[in-house]
Amino acid sequence: MSDVTVNDYGHDAQFDDYFALLKPRVMSLVVFTAAVGLLVAPVGVNPVIGFASILFIALGAGASGALNMWWDADIDAVMKRTVKRPVPDGRVTPKNAMILGLWLSVLAVGMLALTANFFAAGLLAFTIFFYAVVYTMFLKRSTPQNIVIGGAAGAFPPMVGWAVATGGVSVESVMMFALIFVWTPPHFWALSLFMNDDYSKAGVPMLTVTHGTRVTRNNILGYTVLLALVAIGTAFTSIGGPVYLAVALVLNGMFLRGAFALWRRQDAAAEADKYAAERKFFRLSLVYLFAHFAALLVDAALRGFAFMPQLPVIF
Amino acid sequence: MAIGSEHPLHGRRKRSNLMLGAVLGGFVALVFAITIVKMANGVSMEAFDHTVRYSIEPKTEAGQ
Repeated sequence: MSDVTVNDYGHDAQFDDYFALLKPRVMSLVVFTAAVGLLVAPVGVNPVIGFASILFIALGAGASGALNMWWDADIDAVMKRTVKRPVPDGRVTPKNAMILGLWLSVLAVGMLALTANFFAAGLLAFTIFFYAVVYTMFLKRSTPQNIVIGGAAGAFPPMVGWAVATGGVSVESVMMFALIFVWTPPHFWALSLFMNDDYSKAGVPMLTVTHGTRVTRNNILGYTVLLALVAIGTAFTSIGGPVYLAVALVLNGMFLRGAFALWRRQDAAAEADKYAAERKFFRLSLVYLFAHFAALLVDAALRGFAFMPQLPVIF
Repeated sequence: MAIGSEHPLHGRRKRSNLMLGAVLGGFVALVFAITIVKMANGVSMEAFDHTVRYSIEPKTEAGQ
């Protein structure tokens, strides 16, 4: 067997291949959280300006995805989950991925500055820099804390959305940031528990590879407890409301129970049922994030009505 | 096999070109819509141009 990967770039790159470089699935999450950040802000935004701003935020996220695929092509080629991406699959050359990423970054930041404001554009530029340079180029290959710190990149979109409306940062936007930031480690570590082989083969220092599954399970529980505090605390800011509080109480209860179950499990039991509990926890984590942001949106829509009880604003 | 001027490759490229054209057209329409909204909201079209312009100076008490 040979360790050499031969890429044949004879294939004619199609529109879809370039679109795949932008990580459409990640982009849809960015669109959603950025839109919630924008819509729950106390300042109204013209629908055209709001729509265009969300689009440019998503484009910026896509650009950083393309830069990530350019830099990580060697890792992606080894991992089963990522081997079919356009660059390791040979459909797009690494150089073209880089060019697309750089130009789309410039376009997205410049257009957001013109459409919304310079503060939001600066925050978007920092997000792209953080994901493409800080996370992809440095953290990912060097420390098991990679996804903890790198999670910040995924947590910025609602803050950028909020900045489009308000032109600044406030406790509410920091809480939305914190919600995604603290959610990321348990989400990814649950994935790495059942995808461990992939990461160790690629030499990515995931916590499961460097410190073992016991430490990973402990950390998942620790971050889930912290996450519950952040999620329920957000209910008592000006963007919180009864619907959000109800959703947060139920889902954090379920998430804590899941994390506790993972913490109590031994690897032998996990292997016996093919990581059923880990997979369930991972799926729950997706519902968890979506439901929290959807609930913020529902509360924002209902805020004007007199029949809605208001929660005390503590933070 | 007959020699045709069309290769499947041409069909694929045509599709890509049409998609890219649609994206660019959409971008132009979006910039146009943003411009209309900004102007309707009364955003100043004047900016600094290497000479003093009183019309874009921030208004002060004395200057009212």
